[in-house]
Amino acid sequence: MTQDLLKVDGLKAYYQMDYFGVTREVRAVDDITMTIRKNEVYGIAGESSSGKTSFIKVLAAAIRPPMRIVAGTVKYDFKNGPIDVATASEAQIEGIRWRHLSYIMQGSMSVLNPVRRIGKTFEDFAKRPLGLSGEAYRARILNHLERLKLPADVLRAYPHELSGGMRQRVTIGLATVCHPEFVIADEPTTALDVVVQKEVLGLIREIQQDMGSSVVFVTHDMSVHANMADRVGIIYAGRLVEEGPTRQMFFAPKHPYTAHLVASLPRIGDTTQRPALEGRPPSLANPPAGCRFHPRCPLAIDKCKTEVPPLETVGPDHRTACWRWRDVEPLVKPQAMQGVIA
Amino acid sequence: MSNLLEVSNVSKRFTMGGLFGRKTVDAVDDASLTLSAETPEIFTIIGESGSGKTTLARMILGLELPSSGEISFRGKTVSHRVGRQERLEFMANVQPVFQNPFEAFNPLKRIDRYLESTARRFLKLSQRDDLDGAMDGSLQKVGLSLAEVKGRYPHEMSGGQLQRAAIARALIPNPPLLVADEPVSMVDASLRMSIVNLLKSLRDDLGVSVIYITHDLATAYYISNRLIIMQRGRIVEMGDARTVLDNPEHPYSRLLKASVLSTEDAGDGKLATDPGMVTLAGELVGRPGRLVDRADGRMVRVYG
Repeated sequence: MTQDLLKVDGLKAYYQMDYFGVTREVRAVDDITMTIRKNEVYGIAGESSSGKTSFIKVLAAAIRPPMRIVAGTVKYDFKNGPIDVATASEAQIEGIRWRHLSYIMQGSMSVLNPVRRIGKTFEDFAKRPLGLSGEAYRARILNHLERLKLPADVLRAYPHELSGGMRQRVTIGLATVCHPEFVIADEPTTALDVVVQKEVLGLIREIQQDMGSSVVFVTHDMSVHANMADRVGIIYAGRLVEEGPTRQMFFAPKHPYTAHLVASLPRIGDTTQRPALEGRPPSLANPPAGCRFHPRCPLAIDKCKTEVPPLETVGPDHRTACWRWRDVEPLVKPQAMQGVIA
Repeated sequence: MSNLLEVSNVSKRFTMGGLFGRKTVDAVDDASLTLSAETPEIFTIIGESGSGKTTLARMILGLELPSSGEISFRGKTVSHRVGRQERLEFMANVQPVFQNPFEAFNPLKRIDRYLESTARRFLKLSQRDDLDGAMDGSLQKVGLSLAEVKGRYPHEMSGGQLQRAAIARALIPNPPLLVADEPVSMVDASLRMSIVNLLKSLRDDLGVSVIYITHDLATAYYISNRLIIMQRGRIVEMGDARTVLDNPEHPYSRLLKASVLSTEDAGDGKLATDPGMVTLAGELVGRPGRLVDRADGRMVRVYG
């Protein structure tokens, strides 16, 4: 089952703008190499303006000016043949969208057309890619709604008549009705309450396992990754700084930024002082030299200020880009965490 | 013992719809709470959307008048229409911090202008030096300085810095009480703790009481002294934060706690919530019940 579905190689995507002869370049994605396997949930974490949204826009083949792919390839290995979305034509991308490559969007209110009934929206999304009509189409949709635990009545409802959780389930339904092989989920639960959030996350996981597809799950909330992802990758200032199996990332991180993200999570039953990361995220128009994390890093040495650390393999499936990864201590010890209530 | 803030039996009813098919919604139903003037504390209001937590906060801030009940600040009733002078005096004592710092600030207005107009209005300052001194003083309290902020527009600062600046603005009149409505929900995880730690130090070092409104149980546990949990306008559990969250008693509180994503079993992918719990909590919506005291100091709503 460890076949690769997506191979990203040396991807650089920049925003290039030209104002009155002055060129401004924002290096939103700067040399990312990674693979995503079949049937796995890959979590991407990173703060706002770290380039994670630009990265998944490339993965979703939604590359629009001023963003441009400067170098690298993004190769999918779909059932209907391999495709490199960095160079594919509009028509080729049209052929994979929704059926093979799909996207769960963030704000469920702005995704659904407020003046169109949910059933009509389903038709807009799914009728053509599914290639079904009449009774067969209807049966397929109803079957899918049942799996999402949505009543058939929602097809006649307008978006404003549904609760936030139901709307989010509808957007998940739209994204998964064609049984895509690859689903990108961009912060699908940030606007939801805790109870609903857990329910929606469980649903995404369930559907992913049913369909056997791969999901790239993006959020800055590490506690969501802890429960959703098989592997987690951390993006900082346009670069992948660490990736590894979820458990390793939480209990034995090898990058100071990951260690910080994990340690700063408050837990019920534990009131010890949590460290806060000072400083602001670097500007992608003018990133610091060397390791981009060095101005905020507690372990930084002179080497970090001048030389860019390569992504090294430090364990099975575990890679990190840090000169001092051997000295990174998990800020929260697993033993201390086991005493805490579950 | 004198009270800083006393909310007694406050309810808020909204009317929806027109002449025909009029409906009423009880956003807050019979809420009471007291903050003491002597010991500063972080008092947390926990609830989901629609639980009435924001309406309660708006009533405390005087932005909304209660339909019934009374709110008094330092013994003086504030929950009725008051004159401008009285209103200003109250506003100098109870200051808000809003959820989204990017929306709270006008993007075309420099941040120091907000701080300056607050200083002019509430501290009645007019000299340049005095104004700068007051602004710098309160920015220092949140770990910023006037030199960093002066002349900058909201888009030039990160979310965390902007939320700090919003707190600094609220601190200018030296208020004894801050009302912070979900101050960290729009801030990145990596910067979230810096804001939460800041609220904590405001209480410990400056003696400011904070009403902290959130749906995040983990940060509530981390900083608050006491809390209330609200379900659809009703307080269902109230008491010491640690006592309540370590061992919640009301079914809704237990559901909330069970829904918190834990990181202890990272990578195991456990996401099932006991459906029995959801039904049990759901059945209690709309039933009045009554709050009773428990031996460990908490109050729980019981039914039947």
